[in-house]
Amino acid sequence: MAPKIPQQSPLQHSDTVATAGGIPQHAAHPTGWRRWVLTTNHKEIGTLYLIFSLTMFFVGGIFALVVRAELFQPGLQLVEPEFFNQMTTMHGLIMVFAAVMPAFTGLANWMIPLQIGAPDMALPRLNNFSFWLLPVSFTLLLSTLLMPGGGPNFGWTFYAPLSTTYAPSSTTFFILALHIAGISSILGAINIIATILNMRAPGMRLMDMPLFVWTWLITAFLLIAVMPVLAGVITMMLMDINFGTSFFDAGGGGDPVLFQHLFWFFGHPEVYIMILPAFGIVSAIIPTFARKPLFGYASMVYATAAIALLSFLVWAHHMFVVGLPLVAELFFMYSTMLIAVPTGVKIFNWVTTLFRGSISFESPMLFALAFVVLFTIGGFSGLMLAISPADFQYHDTYFVVAHFHYVLVPGAIFAIMAGVYYWLPKWTGHYPNETLAKWHFWFSVIGVNLTFFPMHFAGLAGMPRRIPDYALQFADFNFVSSIGAFFFGASQLLFVLVIVLCVRGGKKAPAKAWEGAVDLEWTVPSPAPLHTFETPPVFQSTDK
Amino acid sequence: MRLWQRPLVFGAGLLSSAACFAQSWNMPIGVTNVSREIHGLHMTIFWICVVIGVLVFGAMFYSLFRYRQSRGAKAAHFHENTKIEILWTVIPVLILVGMAIPATATLKNMYDASDAELDVMITGQQWRWRYEYLGENVAFNSNLSTPRSQIGGEEDRGEHYLLEVDEPLVLPINRKIRFLMTSDDVIHSWWVPDLAVKQDTIPGFINENWVKINEPGIYRGQCAELCGLDHGFMPVVVQAMEENAFDDWLAERKKVAEQEAQGVGREWEMDELMARGESVYQSICASCHQPEGQGSPPAFPSLAGNQQLINDLDWHLDKVINGVSGAAMPAFRNTLNPVEIAAVVTYTQNAWGNETEEIVQPARVADQVEP
Amino acid sequence: MSSTGYYVPPTSRWPILGSLAIGLMMAGLGAQLVYGSATLLIVIGALSIIAVMTFWFRDVISESHLGLYDSQMDRSFRWGMGWFIFSEVMFFAAFFGALFYVRMFAIPWLGGEGAKGVSALLWPNFIAEWPLLNPPDTSVPSPEQVFSPWQLPLVNTLLLVTSSITLTISHEALKTGNRSLCRNWLAGTVLLGCCFIFIQGVEYYEAYQHYGITLEAGIFGSTFFILTGFHGVHVIIGTLILIVMLARVMRGHFEDSQHFAFEASCWYWHFVDVVWLGLFIFVYVV
Ligand code: HEA
Ligand code: HEA
Ligand code: HEC
Ligand code: CUA
Ligand SMILES: [Cu+2]
Repeated sequence: MAPKIPQQSPLQHSDTVATAGGIPQHAAHPTGWRRWVLTTNHKEIGTLYLIFSLTMFFVGGIFALVVRAELFQPGLQLVEPEFFNQMTTMHGLIMVFAAVMPAFTGLANWMIPLQIGAPDMALPRLNNFSFWLLPVSFTLLLSTLLMPGGGPNFGWTFYAPLSTTYAPSSTTFFILALHIAGISSILGAINIIATILNMRAPGMRLMDMPLFVWTWLITAFLLIAVMPVLAGVITMMLMDINFGTSFFDAGGGGDPVLFQHLFWFFGHPEVYIMILPAFGIVSAIIPTFARKPLFGYASMVYATAAIALLSFLVWAHHMFVVGLPLVAELFFMYSTMLIAVPTGVKIFNWVTTLFRGSISFESPMLFALAFVVLFTIGGFSGLMLAISPADFQYHDTYFVVAHFHYVLVPGAIFAIMAGVYYWLPKWTGHYPNETLAKWHFWFSVIGVNLTFFPMHFAGLAGMPRRIPDYALQFADFNFVSSIGAFFFGASQLLFVLVIVLCVRGGKKAPAKAWEGAVDLEWTVPSPAPLHTFETPPVFQSTDK
Repeated sequence: MRLWQRPLVFGAGLLSSAACFAQSWNMPIGVTNVSREIHGLHMTIFWICVVIGVLVFGAMFYSLFRYRQSRGAKAAHFHENTKIEILWTVIPVLILVGMAIPATATLKNMYDASDAELDVMITGQQWRWRYEYLGENVAFNSNLSTPRSQIGGEEDRGEHYLLEVDEPLVLPINRKIRFLMTSDDVIHSWWVPDLAVKQDTIPGFINENWVKINEPGIYRGQCAELCGLDHGFMPVVVQAMEENAFDDWLAERKKVAEQEAQGVGREWEMDELMARGESVYQSICASCHQPEGQGSPPAFPSLAGNQQLINDLDWHLDKVINGVSGAAMPAFRNTLNPVEIAAVVTYTQNAWGNETEEIVQPARVADQVEP
Repeated sequence: MSSTGYYVPPTSRWPILGSLAIGLMMAGLGAQLVYGSATLLIVIGALSIIAVMTFWFRDVISESHLGLYDSQMDRSFRWGMGWFIFSEVMFFAAFFGALFYVRMFAIPWLGGEGAKGVSALLWPNFIAEWPLLNPPDTSVPSPEQVFSPWQLPLVNTLLLVTSSITLTISHEALKTGNRSLCRNWLAGTVLLGCCFIFIQGVEYYEAYQHYGITLEAGIFGSTFFILTGFHGVHVIIGTLILIVMLARVMRGHFEDSQHFAFEASCWYWHFVDVVWLGLFIFVYVV
């Protein structure tokens, strides 16, 4: 689906849009910090999101390293159980809400307008608002760690009543911080949907859109559908804690399990929110470096939609052991297993795209390929978890931890890194240093497997999650995991190094930085000027 | 084992397990029919995934190798094929159906708790288990028995580090036992891998589960749902006995319980109460209020030198009997017997410099608990 | 249209200030709830939010007056508002979901029926019923009686349904350029909205004073107040929005063919109305 390069140059380098009376326009584009703080430009906001996300990845990563350091050996060495629980909780929360989600939103901000030939996001001021809510939210969230009684210590899933009646007093702040993050996500998603539906270049039909745009369209829909449910359930918590209601208290006629239903109605789609855009990125990179059109474009779109729709029907697979009635148990088992089908379609499409291509192995491609393999492994363990009777043995063990880190770290995180390496030339005008990038890749692959593969064994052998100390037979697995974690963590310093070097200089990249790349973003110069596509490009789809 | 030796052993383990999937690396087969079925399911799905993985990754690595640009590969341009796309949608569906059928059967079996010969109520409490043999008048708490000095590393760790308790749950083999599971505070999860029973305990609700053990032995597990501070220190130990031995054990426990009930009626001496109180305190209260009664404010108030406690015995009794609703302090009216409550209150009144000289007789507690 | 294409606004300080204002208010709210001493912070936060919104919308209105917005921009607003309302629908869905779950599962189980009926062992004297007048734990306060749907709630239903009709008339009038008609019917709508809020206030007063329905009164009180409460907040916001629209109509804002702010307010109002119908049926009637 290669678009024809538009006839007239789509680029206007003028710094101004309309300078109609009264309102000061771009003419006086502020400089210095004000430029970043007040911006309405999708590229600058995208950059802000990405920087925020990377920072938070490190913060969340350091929390994970505290966990791993404590688990290095049996016994309580470094931290108190109380603090350990806070670290586990904060690690999960930060990684999910402050690292992965903003990273994808940042990529969406940067790339969606470029990929659909739009001058900017549909609602640019709102866009900046969505971003700035995040630092506010996470400052509030992180500050709970310093409050009397400590921060959230009930896991990122904050099950009631541990998170209500038995929670530290800072929980109220945690709820309010999450509300702000939720508002940010909802507004961001609204903006993305409006942009995709309304701002496409003339001639670009929905089925002409690059898959990253498609996956984000569907992700945004998921976000708008489930973030409000999260807002609802944390509001009920707030009421139970502060106003004496009994939503999650059987004594008053409520039910602690109600909390879990509501949480996972949000929580399960949430995990697909963290993977669908990754599918989009990989679907851009693999054809580029295989120099062959993506196999099964249409079925990719349908598969994404199917995953999203199914994701509303599977939430209770996280609750197989809470005592669901048998019919519910069966229903959720079957629906969960079904998700393997559309996901399989994607995997097969990628592999078939590689088949009879002309493949080269630049760093984005390496990360994308590792994604395909390691995500599939994570998917397999997901399928095992979906078998309800077996989940009675897996549930809340390190087997689950292994599952979700395989889909999240070499899944979501690797896809983000692949995207960053893929689009860095477009952002900075320079290629990233390929040698360093390859080191980063190999260290990461080794580190990730060293960290998370042994967790499968620890879990099967019976190690529960969220414990600060463990029985002696789990010692070896944890020992290896901890070494792997520090190794993987340290390798991420290379990632920062590559990015910094790339921003400051490097081999110049042409507009079309990768030989096999086809989408619209490769028709604008590298680095992409601040304003692109102010006059919409004419898009001609090559019929499939 | 020295630290540097671990990787070596681990590597050796990896190699040997490649051949035989050694026991401690995999889900245990367990000692119930259900656990065997689950293990079978687990291995079946595992091998199906391995086969699919080999095929998919095989095709992928073949393509990566064969169609390298550096090898001069020229890209083809096909990008669709309805037949094959239908094929790779339908085949996975069939595979999934194949997995779902045995899984459904096992699940139905697991949900059928009817016709049990013995009912045991399992109650999760921060951070111990309480077992009650329904209709038998036998009940007790089961606490972690690993000394804190082992956890802190001042002492060598024992073989069953963190997986040992003061009083295990004793069950007969070959009888179907129904578990009624609930909690007094937050959600816990009672899990013994060898029995393939893992069930959340929900405060205010009761979940059912059942087990029929095939072999005598000691089976160890842990609380599997994050339940606060000492979630990691809440082991489960089940001792499965031959049926006769179990019946004897139960009869013995019944006798002890009856004696205890009689103890409510008599006058107790200070020393007796203090001794009994200390053991109750250390096993029940110390996890929150700390062994020396110093608590860990603000979450858990100190009891040593607590003025209100020293001045107001009724208030003190009320806290222990009825708990503090909306806070972590549990009500002990149902979980400790009057003797134990009287003892622990007397102990708290007189330990760590509180020295009030107050004595609480079990009869007084019984009066407050009954109505 | 005076420019080359889609209007991209210049830099703006409202987004960052708005975020900080929200942060301020939330921090205040938290401090108030936890430490009980931050009303000032809440007030400052809330006022800043209102101020930021005022300035932000002022910018939007003046840009619109300057003709910077084209039909594509109009569609962006439409998509934006539409999806925003969808998010609100899901927000209420969470509360309705809680209500249904409690009524269909939790309470019957606690009372000994259904798949988890053994739970009744813990609550031997509890009888499953809805409305739940006697919570399982007898120390939980209980409502003495519940509202008859056919008194104040019915009045409120009629008020809101009527207000949706009057608003539609007002909108039609705007489309045909009949400003005074538009203004009058809009004013009527605002009045109906205020009546609704007043009656809801009376009902809350009654609930606390005479019915024993309080936030603490078990799950009935909890679900009752969270549903009607959030709905009430939405009516208040909707009424404020309509008041702003009224002021703008009176100032001669809006064109016959282009008046999305007005239309969006109508959408919002209708949405609030529909939520009420759901509430009326599931909270009061059945
Ligand atoms: C990006 C995030 C992500 C993704 C994509 C997934 C994907 C899947 N997950 Fe996972 N999951 C999480 C994140 C994710 N998960 C998290 C964070 C948790 C833990 C939350 C917590 O408790 O803290 C969790 C927990 C979790 C549980 C609960 C476990 C428990 O607590 O007991 C279950 C149970 O069913 C599950 C199942 C699945 C399934 C079936 C998929 C499927 O989508 C996978 C589908 C993919 C494949 C199957 C591989 C490719 C397919 C083929 C090659 C086709 C052919 C294959 C076959 C026919 C077998 N997940
Ligand atoms: C996208 C999400 C995401 C990501 C990326 C990660 C990344 C990592 N996670 Fe985790 N994790 C979760 C989501 C995620 N995680 C969730 C949702 C949970 C569940 C929480 C709960 O139970 O409530 C969880 C839980 C969890 C646990 C279980 C805790 C418990 O049950 O008690 C562990 C344990 O090892 C762990 C480890 C790690 C490690 C080592 C990484 C590594 O990949 C991190 C790598 C990054 C760094 C290390 C930081 C960067 C580097 C530096 C700062 C440089 C300095 C470092 C050195 C010099 C060494 N995570
Ligand atoms: C799971 C934790 C936990 C256990 C176990 C526990 N307590 Fe408490 N206890 C608390 C908490 C929390 C409070 C504070 C309640 C409040 O908010 O007023 C408390 C309060 C008290 C008080 C009132 C002190 C005060 O200043 O308010 C007394 C007395 C007391 N506990 C005695 C005991 C005794 C005796 C035992 C054992 C038989 C015990 N507790 C077991 C958590 C616990
Ligand atoms: Cu009890 Cu975890
Ligand atoms: Cu899930």
